[in-house]
Amino acid sequence: MRPEIPIEPKPGWNRRHLLGLEELSADEITLILDTARSFKEVSTRDIKKVPALRGKVIVNMFVEPSTRTKTSFSLAAKRLSADTVDFSPSTSSLSKGETLKDTARNIEAMGVDIVIVRHWAPGVPLMLSNVLKASIINAGDGAHEHPTQGLLDIFTIRELKGRIRGLKVVILGDITHSRVARSNIWGLTKLGAHVTVCGPATLVPPFIEDLGVKVSHNVDEAIADADVINLLRIQMERQKANLFPSVREYSRIFGIDGERMKRTRKDVLIMHPGPINRGVEIAPDVADGEQSVILKQVTNGLAVRMAVLFLVAGVKELEGEERA
Amino acid sequence: MSSYLIMGGRVIDPASGFDAVTNVLIEDGKVKTLGSASPRGYQVIDARGKVVAPGLIDMHTHLREPGKEDEETIASGAAAAVAGGFASVASMPNTDPPIDNEAMVEFIYLQAKRCGKANVFAIAAATKGRKGEELSEIGQLVRGGAVAFSDDGNSIANADVMRRVLQYAGMFDKAVISHCEDRNLSRDGVMNEGYMSTVLGLPGMPAIAEETMVHRDIMLAAATGSKVHIAHVSTAVSVELVRRAKEKGIRVTTEATPHHLVLDETALRTFDPNFKMSPPLRTKKDVEALRRGLTDGTIDAIASDHAPHSSEEKDVEFSAAPFGVIGLETTLPIVLTELVGKNVLSLNEAVARLTLNPARILGIPRGTLSAGAVADVTVIDLDKEIEIDPSRFISKSRNCPFAGRKLRGCATVVLVGGRIVSGGNG
Repeated sequence: MRPEIPIEPKPGWNRRHLLGLEELSADEITLILDTARSFKEVSTRDIKKVPALRGKVIVNMFVEPSTRTKTSFSLAAKRLSADTVDFSPSTSSLSKGETLKDTARNIEAMGVDIVIVRHWAPGVPLMLSNVLKASIINAGDGAHEHPTQGLLDIFTIRELKGRIRGLKVVILGDITHSRVARSNIWGLTKLGAHVTVCGPATLVPPFIEDLGVKVSHNVDEAIADADVINLLRIQMERQKANLFPSVREYSRIFGIDGERMKRTRKDVLIMHPGPINRGVEIAPDVADGEQSVILKQVTNGLAVRMAVLFLVAGVKELEGEERA
Repeated sequence: MSSYLIMGGRVIDPASGFDAVTNVLIEDGKVKTLGSASPRGYQVIDARGKVVAPGLIDMHTHLREPGKEDEETIASGAAAAVAGGFASVASMPNTDPPIDNEAMVEFIYLQAKRCGKANVFAIAAATKGRKGEELSEIGQLVRGGAVAFSDDGNSIANADVMRRVLQYAGMFDKAVISHCEDRNLSRDGVMNEGYMSTVLGLPGMPAIAEETMVHRDIMLAAATGSKVHIAHVSTAVSVELVRRAKEKGIRVTTEATPHHLVLDETALRTFDPNFKMSPPLRTKKDVEALRRGLTDGTIDAIASDHAPHSSEEKDVEFSAAPFGVIGLETTLPIVLTELVGKNVLSLNEAVARLTLNPARILGIPRGTLSAGAVADVTVIDLDKEIEIDPSRFISKSRNCPFAGRKLRGCATVVLVGGRIVSGGNG
């Protein structure tokens, strides 16, 4: 009654969890991207749903506010026919003195196959993967990693540029506090891109060069020959922590506006993981301009997350279901 | 009181440089003589094939009483101490309430006496309430038995207050123990600032947060002529600062912990809160520098910084967990295996850093086996293989960074004041 499952199970994937891009090989990243490409095609059909994860239970455990990532994962799970449950701290026991591990074990006891976790503390997805039987997908842990965001950024670049190897990618903004920056750096460098991180000296973490990137504090120099500029959201509380002097100064020195765009390559891609601060790190005319691919990133996020859920859920059960 | 003949062990007494196989006679709670005689009428402790050392001293522990008796008590800490080979510990004053008056110091000694295990020497708060503002009643605290002064984890931020503490404690010739950390620089950090903190996305505590304070306190010690002891030194620069200060004759001493001497920040890849402490685990280069400092004598003592935490507090998200790990029951095996066993220290040097040196820094009449000394003795089996299993610790807490390690060497018998408080019978 449903369309055929469009994906042949792919060899080369044997991970139950997606905790970060640091531990993935270039081949594994490419496998996710290729799988996502197939799923993107599903989104163009009249019936956008496939039965791949029918009978699976996926819990969205978001212990930190999120709108688009949570929605994107929920939708991805629904399109794969999984049952989804939301779990957020305001309605959970986390505020009543129960530890995270206890809470997670309780959720798992209800029969959960995949836990998608967003948490303010780095390392929580790894910690959960050590105590739970379910697959864990990291939807962002503090400033550590946000692997699906990194993947959807890389997917978008590959889709529009046709390759990753040799491209010049600038990640611009608050690098220190950005999990998006870290996941992008791991993924892009593994696939052969040249990455430059650019931002105020107070917001670029120490020894980041050891991750295989260049560091710049001069935006115009950094973006002059860039193929991609990935802008990061600047958090206002960083100003209170004295990490930059004022929003006005940040915007003048590190923001991307129409004037600055004139000094970039004509085919440069402007990316942003959202939510954007219009007029701070990105001027409205740039956010809405021809080079902006910000909404394409959101669309691709869905396909990437379908691919990740599909891969970690494993193909075995899927085959069994088909025979039944 | 029983009299003992500790027979046939390799007796190491760094105070006199003694190192030979001989017998130790214990009578009336004191060391009577060292020598080959084996008179009758003594209970024999067979130490053949073992090392007989002065009772080990851990000069940096947290026993949590009063205030956090679910994590440790003076009794449980003192029992854990002797299980780990320590005849004496010095306890830090960061209890609730803090140890900042004479009665509270006496309470520590009373509780230690009641349990009758290790000696517990009280380190008292340098300022009232450990707030870094007003001097505590240092003279009366000394009368109550305080052996040194420290605000412990609360580094005294105000340099003038630190100067006055040094001047005042100097009248009593007591050391001021400094946890060197500029809180403005360490901010909300939870680990060493560097490559690993960048990779893991955890806020870092830069090495300079420690080093600027080490430098300041050395200068204040030089200016006042008083004794400063740098607690748990952790960076290469700190070691070098202490080394140069000692060359100039400034009265500075320092200690290092087993975890800072053995582990580095790469352990945090697991996000295991049992690797979270302050100062944090540093880089491999810092570990090497610490080991060199230990070898050349810049680092005087090895101390555990035993910091018990309940599992419901500690076994949580790394960022949310409190700082600190326990060490009373692992320090000696770690030192023997990782430092003596790997030629960082000779056995004699290791014994000195666990006995004589901390005794001198604290000014306590311990740390030697010379005739007439209090009979605190630790018998060590260098060949005994053990595996660290925190579930079997005597300590009430389990937050140990060395779980599962296979180590070689541990204490088999401990005497405190001429009484067997651990092991024996065989």
